[in-house]
Amino acid sequence: MSNEAAAHAGHDHHPTGWRRWLYSTNHKDIGTMYLVLSMVGALLGGLMSFLIRLELQEPGIQFISDFQFYNVLVTGHGFIMVFFVVMPAMIGGFGNWFVPLMIGAPDMAFPRMNNISFWLLAAALVLLLVAALTEGGPGTGWTVYPPLSNATYHPGAGVDFGILSLHLAGASSVLGAINLITTIFNMRAPGMTLHRMPLFVWSILVTAFLLLFAIPVLAGALTMLLTDRNFGTAFFETAGGGDPILWQHLFWFFGHPEVYIIIIPAFGMISQIVSTFSKKPVFGYLGMVYAMVSIGFVGFIVWAHHMYMVGLDVDTRAYFVTATMVIAVPTGIKIFSWLATMWGGSIDFRAPMLFAFGFIWLFVVGGVTGVVLANAGADIAFHDTYFVVAHFHYVMAIAAVFAMFAGFYYWIGKMSGRQYPRALARLHFWTFFIGVNVAFFPQHFSGMAGMPRRIPDYPDAFAGWNYVSSIGSYITFASTLLFFVVVWKTLKSGEKVAGNQWGEGATTLEWTVDSPAPFHTHEDLPDMNPQPAE
Amino acid sequence: MASETIKKHPYHMVNPSHWPAVGTLAALIMAFGGVWYMKEGPIYLFLAGVALLVYTSWGWWRDVVAESRNGVDHTNVVRKGLRMGMVFFIASEVMFFFAFFWAFFHSSMPMLSLVAQEVWPPKGIVPLHTWSLPFLNTLILLSSGVTVTYAHHKLLAGNHKATAKGLLATIILGLTFTGLQAYEYAEATFKFTDGIYSSTFYLATGFHGFHVIVGTCFLMVCWFRARAEHFTPEAHVGFEAAAWYWHFVDVVWLFLFTVVYWWGGSGYVAG
Repeated sequence: MSNEAAAHAGHDHHPTGWRRWLYSTNHKDIGTMYLVLSMVGALLGGLMSFLIRLELQEPGIQFISDFQFYNVLVTGHGFIMVFFVVMPAMIGGFGNWFVPLMIGAPDMAFPRMNNISFWLLAAALVLLLVAALTEGGPGTGWTVYPPLSNATYHPGAGVDFGILSLHLAGASSVLGAINLITTIFNMRAPGMTLHRMPLFVWSILVTAFLLLFAIPVLAGALTMLLTDRNFGTAFFETAGGGDPILWQHLFWFFGHPEVYIIIIPAFGMISQIVSTFSKKPVFGYLGMVYAMVSIGFVGFIVWAHHMYMVGLDVDTRAYFVTATMVIAVPTGIKIFSWLATMWGGSIDFRAPMLFAFGFIWLFVVGGVTGVVLANAGADIAFHDTYFVVAHFHYVMAIAAVFAMFAGFYYWIGKMSGRQYPRALARLHFWTFFIGVNVAFFPQHFSGMAGMPRRIPDYPDAFAGWNYVSSIGSYITFASTLLFFVVVWKTLKSGEKVAGNQWGEGATTLEWTVDSPAPFHTHEDLPDMNPQPAE
Repeated sequence: MASETIKKHPYHMVNPSHWPAVGTLAALIMAFGGVWYMKEGPIYLFLAGVALLVYTSWGWWRDVVAESRNGVDHTNVVRKGLRMGMVFFIASEVMFFFAFFWAFFHSSMPMLSLVAQEVWPPKGIVPLHTWSLPFLNTLILLSSGVTVTYAHHKLLAGNHKATAKGLLATIILGLTFTGLQAYEYAEATFKFTDGIYSSTFYLATGFHGFHVIVGTCFLMVCWFRARAEHFTPEAHVGFEAAAWYWHFVDVVWLFLFTVVYWWGGSGYVAG
């Protein structure tokens, strides 16, 4: 290498102002932008659920007389929480920030592509908001089933904008997945073998593969829906020989891996946090790794358990029941390994650990109701009731949010260089934990009694538990606002923290660099080969 | 500041770039223009978005080509990463076509589809004759796989001229394929809106055709680069990516030919 070339190699533009963000090729800046987008999404999606619970607080119509608007709220809440809150926070935000830091790489494999992944997602959010405000908006639910979503029942451009929004979000996810997989396979520090990678990195690797294989199937299905709506094809039109059930197959072949895309990064974060605050290595590391891998694989072969009511052959349903129950085995491995990690550990009840406990509780409750719903017979009673709503909010949605908060409190010192206010963080945990349980636990009861989902009105018989549920929702919303106070106080006046603020329990590479992490890290690659004992 | 130091790792720290932002703008324009066009508006805004996207691709990959030639950025490790990235991208493309094959099987198999329980292709559909134009197109695409492999061998031998010739032959075969597909579409008796057979046929073969066009453009870029002697026997990631992509569209076609044209067009009546 000539001197000139060497100088070029070290040459480093570090633009300031808006260009630093818009043109960024830095994994930390891009990760930060993802986290900000996620917070904006959380406010929008949270506000929508707040409106839904206001309407459902009492029987009869409270203030949403336009039922299409109610459906748009349900749809928007689902899309935003999945695509614009949980995914950007976990994969785009924490994944971007900490995968390179944890594997000892100076940045992502494709820094420019990393940036377009973020901006395409921002554009997708714009399109989704435009969709909601266009000609009545999409009132299809996040599942977008035809015939409700076809040109007869949703003639406006709202659904078309919604489809294109998902196309952009999907492109963003696929590019992000390619980037993460290549980074993990190609940029690990010397000695960082796959079986020595931190579990968070493993979780992101599995998630990225799920994205890579699931999202394009959604893209294909959305394209068919778009041409059905606008160009006269008949994929889902019975009049032309098509079949709406085809949409359900394609959607859930994407949709089931998608819910694992949301929860698997949470597994990774919880493993890091439980280990750090128990001051013990994770129990059964390899079992944890291959539990995630097998959950990811099985996630692709259980999709029709979302379709027990459409008239599938009984043998088909028997298969999907069995395959679905199998998921309980690797998830059980994870739960018991977390408990075994804590067993005999010196547990530190800091805010990240509190949220990790919350996660385990929520995930276990949701997992138990999941085994119930896996039965095709039981699902005949529970399908499309609030029991399902309670189930997936526990196991996937709220559990994921707890993992995000756990990750935030765990890593905010590394990202900002400042510690969160501890008392407020505890208050945030307890209000949030009580809020979500008061909101969602009663939905098991109203659901078992037959309360249908996605309907703005209900018989008086369901009044009691709905009222309780709405109160829980308001507590949760207030707690979310408290979280923003915590963020503001942390960034403004949080106490400065050292490189490793958690002490001996925190053994991964991100704790070996300064806090806040400098603009570029690991420019000297760490050597992870086992060192001979002194 | 890093500009004082010599890089101590084999990775490429990419400079800030405006292309991702411009590309996102293009995507937004295409989305708004696309909805406008689909709702009976003019197509100009959509085409403007496409033009900006093409411009973005041009500028972005021009930067990548320049980086590959400065002798510093594209180390062995970086090239390995680029190849991996291409493999994973192609894997995602396979899953995109997976959806259209699923739609085809769901519609054409008697145990899954109401239409196919009686007859497939559906009544009134006269499918294309498998062993005429579709088979010729199969031969053309398979031949193009041979010519691109020839180009690869010559590249490994350091023969720039023969590499360019092999690429040119591949491009001509690709363009011929696209032309014959267009002719086939014009001659087909079933039109785009003639029900489920047309829907699966035109979207599956149409997206394949679009990928052939993209692959042909990719090969054209490689042709110019081969003539400019950009590729060395050791380092030619751009060529490899184009060749892999071309093999991918080739394999998709083989599935389309056997399943959609041959099996799906051979016709049966439920007995």
